[in-house]
Formats: sequence, C-alpha cells, structure tokens
Amino acid sequence: MIRRILSTAALEFRIALRNRWVAIAIGLMVIFALVLAAAGAAPTGDIGADRLSVTVVSLTSLAVYLVPLLALLMSFDAIAGEVERGTLPLLLTYPVARAEVLAGKLVAHMAILALAVGAGYGAAALAAVWVDPASTAGLPALWRLMWSSTLLGATFLGVGYALSCLARRPSGAAGLAVGLWLGLVVLYDLGLLAMIVADGGGPLTGRVLPVALLANPADAFRLFNLAAAEAANAAAGMGGAAATIPLWQSALSVVLWPLAALGLAIAAFRKVTP
Amino acid sequence: MNSTLTISRLTKRFQGVSALSEVSLSLGPGMRVALLGHNGAGKSTMMKIILGLIPFDGGQVQVCGAAPGSARARAQVAYLPENAAFHPALTGEEQIRHYLSLRGESPRRASELLERVGLARAAGRRIGTYSKGMRQRVGLAQALIGRPGLLVLDEPTSGLDPVSRRDFYALLDGLAAEGAAILLSSHALTEVEARTDRILILSQGRLVAEGTLSDLRRRAALPVALIVTPAPDAAAALAAALPQARQADDGTLHLTCAQTEKLALLAHIATLGPQVADLEVIPPSLEDIYSHFSRRDGQ
Repeated sequence: MIRRILSTAALEFRIALRNRWVAIAIGLMVIFALVLAAAGAAPTGDIGADRLSVTVVSLTSLAVYLVPLLALLMSFDAIAGEVERGTLPLLLTYPVARAEVLAGKLVAHMAILALAVGAGYGAAALAAVWVDPASTAGLPALWRLMWSSTLLGATFLGVGYALSCLARRPSGAAGLAVGLWLGLVVLYDLGLLAMIVADGGGPLTGRVLPVALLANPADAFRLFNLAAAEAANAAAGMGGAAATIPLWQSALSVVLWPLAALGLAIAAFRKVTP
Repeated sequence: MNSTLTISRLTKRFQGVSALSEVSLSLGPGMRVALLGHNGAGKSTMMKIILGLIPFDGGQVQVCGAAPGSARARAQVAYLPENAAFHPALTGEEQIRHYLSLRGESPRRASELLERVGLARAAGRRIGTYSKGMRQRVGLAQALIGRPGLLVLDEPTSGLDPVSRRDFYALLDGLAAEGAAILLSSHALTEVEARTDRILILSQGRLVAEGTLSDLRRRAALPVALIVTPAPDAAAALAAALPQARQADDGTLHLTCAQTEKLALLAHIATLGPQVADLEVIPPSLEDIYSHFSRRDGQ
C-alpha cells in the first residue's frame, strides 16, 4: 500500500514540477511573505515583542488567504482532469484502491505546499533575524505557523479533491473551488461580522460565534495561531475572539479538519463511475 | 471450474434503454476471442462491466474466480482502453514505471517492456509528443505487465499500421501460449482476421452469433457469386444457356448460388466449353458474413 501511495505521490510531484506548479507556489509565497515582512516592520517596539513574532502574526493573515487558494488551485484538477484526459478508467482497473490514489496525490500536493510555506516563511524569518537578532525568540511561533499552514492546506486540498469528483469537468471544478474559497475565507467572516453587529454583542454572539469560528478551518487556523501568539504577548489586542476560545479547541479543529476533508474526498471519489 | 471469465445472462440498462441483454459467454485460459459489433452495440459497456468500472443490472460475472472490480480480479486483469491516454507531461518510461509499481513489480522492467512494443528509443520523451500509434503502444506495454490472466483490449488495432498490427497479433499469440485469456473488440471482422479462436458478434446489446470463423461462414450460408466472361460473339448463346444470370454493362454474366449448389453450377458451366472465356468464383467476404449477423435484428 505504501509503495503504491509513494509511487503515485512521486508521479504527481513530477507532473506538478513540469507544470511549474512548484515554482509558482514557492514564488508566490516568498514574494508575499517578503512584502509583509517589509511592511510589518513599522509597529515593532510599540508592543514590546521581537520582530519575528510580529511578522508571524502578519504571515498568519497572509496564510489564511493564500494557502487555501494555492491548495484549491492544485487540487481542483486532480480527478476532473483525469476524467477529461481519459486516464481515469485505466487507472481504476489497476489493483490500487481509490483511497490510495487520493492519498498519493495528497502527499505530493502537501509536500509542494510545505515547500512553498517553508520557503516563504523562511525568507521572512531570515529578513527579520537579519534586522533584529533578538527575533530568534519568535522561531517556535514560526514553526507552529508552518505546520498549521500545511495542515490548513491539506484541508483545502481534500475539499478540492471532493469538488473535483463532484464536478467531473475541470472548468466546473475550478468554478466550485473559487466559490468555496470566496465563501469560506472571505464571505464567512463578513457574515459573522454582520451577525455580531445585528446582535449588538448579545448572548447569541457569545454562544454561536466560538462554534462558528471553530467550524471554519480557515478561522480555526487563524484563531490557533493568534491565540498562541497572544500567549507569547506578541499580538496583544489583535485577537479579541481568540482570547475567549481555549487553545486546545482551535488546535483540535486545525488537526481534525484535514482528516475530515480527506474522508469527504474519498467518499466523493467512490461515487465516481468512469 | 477452469474458466478465466464467465458471464451468464448479463443485463445492463442505461436509463431504461437496454445496453446489454442476456449475454452469456465463457473464456478459458489461452483463448483468444474477438468481440465484434457496431458502434453502440455494447462492446465497451461489456468490457467496462468485466473490468468492474460500471455496475450491471442482472446476471452474473466471474473474473478469475472473483467479482469484477474486486482487488483479486484487478490484480489479474490487464486493460487496454480504446484510446489509450496518459498524462502528456510524463515520459513513456516514467508512466510505465508507475504502472509497474502499482502492480507490485520492479520499475526497472520498464525499459524491457517498452522495447517489447518497439518504443525503446522514445522512452525518454514526453508522451505529449507521441503519435496516436505510439500512445497505443504505451497502452499495450502497460497491458503486458506481470503475466495477466485476462487481457481486455478495446479496439487494440485501431491506429496501428499493418506491420504494427502483425507484430501486435504475434505478441498476443505469445501471451495466449503462456495461458492468458484474451478478449479483444473490433468493429470489423477483417481486422481480427484469422488471429482469434472464437468470434462473438454483438448487435444492439444481444449476442447474435458465436463460433469460429468457419462456423460463422457455414451458418451464415451466404450465396457464392460467380462471374462468367463470355467468349467473343458467344454472349447471346451463353446468356441463353444461363437464364438465371444477370448481364452486367461490361457484358459479363453475374450469378449467385447457395454453397451446396456451387459444384453443380460449376459443372454446368464447364460443359459450355469454348463459349466461356473466363470464370471467377467469389466466396462471401468477411464483411458480408459480419453484416449478415449484425444486421439480422431489424436493420
């Protein structure tokens, strides 16, 4: 089983390398991270935190938008593309389980995301440490951001595979992926904001808001990193909501979502008849 | 039971339209069977059911002693799709190495397989640059991986030139000699020639004929055509002697007769002696036999 998954992963990685997805993902992350590192230089000193910890807080906001987008862009074609090229029927006659096919693709795409995230955050960290040697205090926060970003990516990869199975056509899958990104990453928070305003900070907000934030993988990721940063006193006042939700709950959401998304993808793939 | 593939009373409907009805067949080790039929006759549907790619509505299918599509069946069945497609960014060798890994074989055997199908020199090039025939060969190479018990080949010779086609049938002969059962589809009888042991003809989802080529020839009992060329100045006399003949524009006389009457008719023509300049006997062609069976139902 491991061998079939690794072979699939190696093949997918090679395809992504040839399609320049690896270069695009790494390039995007590095450029955005460096821009943020430069722009985020101003507030240092005011809040008494080291420079890298401040950068990590900015990078969290970047990751919430960029990582899901990259993950969906890589995954929407995963099954729909095979259907369109006509390669799926042959693959499914091989003694390889559908879950193994998806696992192989997931391993390859996660490796690419981890590379991109590592390169981007690494570049930002180098810039921070170069300017302010005390920044090494922020390295644990950076490490936490790296692995949680990769898990956030895994969640959206899994959901992207599921959409790819449902849409059957790459164009349809791309549309669904963009819609999902807009919904979960942008509109969801606007909706919550509208709810808070309408409720006027009443009892509904207190009960519904934490659950709503934990239920969204992007919000849970943001909460997790901000809450952890708050504990380190780097992001004082930046995560009002983060303070009310225990760290273990957002951590659990960050870890469980990728598994749920993979389960969803496998269930959707089982329904595909070539 | 020593049968590689057993199908009994297989029925499949697509949204109420019957695609296959009550099809039964069985294939033993080493047997080469050709499945013929028009486009839409149900060949591909039947193959996809055997491979476990699509479910069926009625009947029973056993592949290498297991349910179609089960892990045990898939481990022993090789498939060549009608239009073999692969990811264009991969080289032929990378693709075959991956397929070898999926079957639990050593990826190092890739170059040997590609050499067997005549692709050794293109192995390092991307499949996106291959011609249709070359992609078909990649498809064939992957079907040869690890001594399959059953090969399901969907129109394997389409896109192959006559020389490649001959090489292809030679490869099949070797596989059949090693004990593999082979089911291949085609839309023309001329393509499978005499290289198969048995021929099945599907028409509108029904199995309308089954047997060896000579069986089918006998059962079709199609008339033999004779063309008689009269000697100069003997046209009128010859036409009178053969009243059942139809006179063509070029002066030749066309006759048809049943197989059983052929010798008697030939003897009669022989008695006409010098009035006959030439005589041609045309047996029913493979196309005629195929058309006879596949059009019998309401066409």
